[in-house]
Amino acid sequence: MKIIIGLIVLWPLVGFLFNGLGRNIWSKKVIAYKATGYIAMSFIFSVLAFLNVQANGAATVHYFDFINTASFKIPFDFKVDALSSLFLLVITGVGTLIHLYSTAYMKDEEAPHYARYFAYLNLFIFSMLLLVLGDNYVIMFIGWEGVGLCSYLLIGYWFTNATYNYAAKKAFIMNRIGDLGFLLAIFWLIVKLGTVSYGTVLTAESLAKLSTTDITGITLLLFVGAMGKSAQIPLYTWLPDAMAGPTPVSALIHAATMVTAGIYMITRSNILFSASEFTQHVVAIVGLSTALLAATIAIKQNDIKKVLAYSTVSQLGYMFLGLGVGAYSGAVFHVITHAFFKALLFLGAGSVIHAMHHEQDIRKMGGLKSKLPITHITFLIGCIAIAGVPPFSGFFSKDEILAAAFAKSPIYWFLGVVGAAMTAFYMFRLYATTFLGQFRGTQDQEHHLHESPVAMTLPLILLAIASAIAGAIGVPELMGGHHWLSHQLAPIVGEAQEAALSHQTEWTLMAVSVTIAVVALLIALSIYRKKADGEPQTALGKFLYNKWYIDELYENAILNPLNKFAGFLKEVVEKNVIDGAVNGTGKLVQYSARQIRLLQSGQVGYYILFMVLSMILLFVIWFNDIAILRFLFQLTHKS
Amino acid sequence: MFLLLFLLIPVFAAILLLFVKKEQSVNTIAISAALVTLLGAVYIIISKTSSFDAAWLPLLNSRFTLQADGLAKILVLLTAISFPAIFIATSKNQPTQKNIFLSLMLLTQAGLMGVFLAGDALLFYFFWELALIPVYFLCSIWGGEKRIAVTFKFFIYTFLGSLFMLIGIILVYSHTGDQSFALASFKQAHLTSGMQLTAFALFFIAFAIKMPIFPLHTWQPDAYEQSPTAVTMVLSAVMVKMGLYGVIRWLMPLFPTAFIAHSNIVTLLSVIGILYASFIAIRQDDLKRLIAYSSIAHIGLMNAALFSHIQVGVQGVLVQLFSHGINVLGLWIVADIIEQQTGTRSMKDLGGLAKKQPTLAILLVGFAFANIALPLTNAFVGEFLMFNGLFQFNPWMAAAAGVSVILAAIYTLNMVQKIAYGEISAATNLMPAPNKNAQGVLIVLLVIVFFTGVYPQPLFNVTADTLQQLFVK
Repeated sequence: MKIIIGLIVLWPLVGFLFNGLGRNIWSKKVIAYKATGYIAMSFIFSVLAFLNVQANGAATVHYFDFINTASFKIPFDFKVDALSSLFLLVITGVGTLIHLYSTAYMKDEEAPHYARYFAYLNLFIFSMLLLVLGDNYVIMFIGWEGVGLCSYLLIGYWFTNATYNYAAKKAFIMNRIGDLGFLLAIFWLIVKLGTVSYGTVLTAESLAKLSTTDITGITLLLFVGAMGKSAQIPLYTWLPDAMAGPTPVSALIHAATMVTAGIYMITRSNILFSASEFTQHVVAIVGLSTALLAATIAIKQNDIKKVLAYSTVSQLGYMFLGLGVGAYSGAVFHVITHAFFKALLFLGAGSVIHAMHHEQDIRKMGGLKSKLPITHITFLIGCIAIAGVPPFSGFFSKDEILAAAFAKSPIYWFLGVVGAAMTAFYMFRLYATTFLGQFRGTQDQEHHLHESPVAMTLPLILLAIASAIAGAIGVPELMGGHHWLSHQLAPIVGEAQEAALSHQTEWTLMAVSVTIAVVALLIALSIYRKKADGEPQTALGKFLYNKWYIDELYENAILNPLNKFAGFLKEVVEKNVIDGAVNGTGKLVQYSARQIRLLQSGQVGYYILFMVLSMILLFVIWFNDIAILRFLFQLTHKS
Repeated sequence: MFLLLFLLIPVFAAILLLFVKKEQSVNTIAISAALVTLLGAVYIIISKTSSFDAAWLPLLNSRFTLQADGLAKILVLLTAISFPAIFIATSKNQPTQKNIFLSLMLLTQAGLMGVFLAGDALLFYFFWELALIPVYFLCSIWGGEKRIAVTFKFFIYTFLGSLFMLIGIILVYSHTGDQSFALASFKQAHLTSGMQLTAFALFFIAFAIKMPIFPLHTWQPDAYEQSPTAVTMVLSAVMVKMGLYGVIRWLMPLFPTAFIAHSNIVTLLSVIGILYASFIAIRQDDLKRLIAYSSIAHIGLMNAALFSHIQVGVQGVLVQLFSHGINVLGLWIVADIIEQQTGTRSMKDLGGLAKKQPTLAILLVGFAFANIALPLTNAFVGEFLMFNGLFQFNPWMAAAAGVSVILAAIYTLNMVQKIAYGEISAATNLMPAPNKNAQGVLIVLLVIVFFTGVYPQPLFNVTADTLQQLFVK
């Protein structure tokens, strides 16, 4: 077991080193085979680990001590249980497909850059696996910052472009703000409990040692970390900009895996979060607000990837709503289904962009249905899944979250349904504008329209199948299902509290939300089947089109003042105040020395001699210290 | 006896260099001497604690005592790695009279080794000054345009600090039971609490200037900027550690009461300094000044962790003494290659390094991420432990200092973006073929960065005895 789990993590690392160090050596074919092959190996070993958990239960394995000092130690341990083994499957499974897709999507890159791309991607998988496999918060944090690094490197992959670099930097820095919260939570845990291992921290005994303030403080700080990584208000603005990276990267990192790290972290720490009602409310409200805010913005965006990016932010918000109302397994369920359909949608978008020669504006597309049949049908499946139409996967996971939200507060449920309606609307706006109606691009583009190669369509088909049927792992008992997933996760998050609602209420809620979503998607289809959006006319339209002017707000309210403050420190405080005082003192000494000696020797030696003498004198007078006098006496007499 | 080699080899080579003119042989002598010293350092790391003792100034009851505990070992190792690295990385640079230049550098090395190994206060003071004097000449002869003024300020500033320390040493000496300068006697000196406070202040000023602690830092960016880069490397990789070393070796054990009494104010000052220097670093365009302010912030954190006086934080400092040296050395070597090859340090004129010299760009990115303490780099281990200690001392101070983690990402990524990314700038286009020697050194340093970042246990083991002496009474 120790070896199997170790290899899951090592394959991608080997891949990273292979392509990273050999970027000038290997041919593109070798690079592609190796990079994809290592992740596929990792997937196979993940399946083995998963089966092992099914057969023998959770396991913890120890490799070495990362930090072992007199005061505490942090072992380098991995834990595979139901939660982490599921994440393993999603990460390496979707990861393999996206590697495969990338081999074709990135084929125009030169070999060294092609190798660099895959090295980063492998390193990302490595970090993500550390994140979910670690048996304590420090190992999780190592992976946590590691995925941030890879995200930074991949967003700025085309490094000659200044805008992309800026987006990469923004992503890293916003994530760092969150990371600081995470770090402080870790320190807090260490101070109170002396350890960060899950086995000790996440137990009733440890909980008893923590005061309410401790628990609230720690969970809020952990949540700050999650806000950064999983793009929640107020730290979400980096994610839409992160679309500067190659599209497969957006699919893997900025939709399917990395951004769900925050959900993983909170689910892992569910004992702590459930112990603080205050934090739970904060998580639910932040999640719901993010879901709604991002959905309104997505309605007015015209860049195919931006729509999907805001959609991701919005869906992540739903997951946090689920966490906040205690539906941990529902949130994980949505992580899994979302990983499938959002990866599918992004890869579909990539296929469209590929066919359109890097055009991303949906207003210049239209009518792609017949030209890209596989992309079209798979994309449509993704849209239906995310819109929450039964029996596609998104329906089951979203419904579970909404039902739990209703149990907590009908207002949460109502707002959630409003968001779901917007989701259906903007997704079908996107779908209709892109694939239906007349082609609106240039003749040249139309001439070159083509379906993507098999390496790209195969992942689309597989993900489409998964998006369609993945709901099966969580069919509620209400519908005669067995809800495999919640039983799986029960040892970690406890049994789901479905009993709170009567069956009739549940059916009603479900019917209402599905009806509203279907109506919204039909409206979108009827509006956008023929024409695309023009420039926004109304004030509201402009407001949404400009993303609520949040970026501008941050820039004017935070960045610019801080920058001015830094400039003030540099130009005024440092130069004039502090260094001014130093130089002033120096001049004063020089001046008085001149006056007293009445000659301008200018020799350092004299100044120093003078300083020594005066200081000794000063101390003798000041402290009247006989000891110094005695020493001086000895010194002169002995010699 | 073995410890004496760390002084004799550099001094001997320094003297030898005075009589050699041919550049090839000059480089060979300096590099070989430095490498032999490095071998010796590796040997004492893996061997048991050793010491050396001989009569020196019987008149004053001061002895030539050298001793190597964990603290000394780790700094000796850092010094021993730094010098050959610097010599090899800058071997293509052409200062006038290179033999004298390298001779003075080796004398500095001897001085530094003496500082870290001395077990006698007067001997410590002797080496403390000995390390400074060659640097004074190096800066004022081979420095940049404003070298005279800057070096003068640097010299006066640190010399002033040294004098305070000398008085402090004499003060404690006069209260020792056996009228001796030995460290052991110093530890048992009978000081009244008022006296302890005075002596503490006298030592502290010297160390605070050397580190430097805000607001005594203004000599440093100027000195780093104006010194020849080889000297800047010594100053910032090794020499600033003298201040931190002094705190651990002398302040903490000698004046425990005064130390604890001042922990609040000094820690607070350090935290202010961390943020202050980080903010200023954001606005620097000169690569050398940026690294200088970044280094001030990092040293500030180390000092904060020391003065908060929590075991785990001090453990972090002991590791970080070494790690910071390696990382900042890497950054300086990159900066030096860029300045030598493009003729500028102004980042707005740079750009496109990733296209022009991909390997150097990758190395730059590697050290940049070590500079912001990314996990699995060496700096993460040290900073994690230091922040941990600071948090135990005062969570609010840790949170405030923690903001520097974000600020560091801002200025470091700005630097990477301006130098490495974008299209090739006119200045970058001037770069000739890659400097293989320097890149080789950088690769070795980067291997150290990641090795000690993934498996830091050897560093803990080496420093365990020092930690135990400080915390287990």
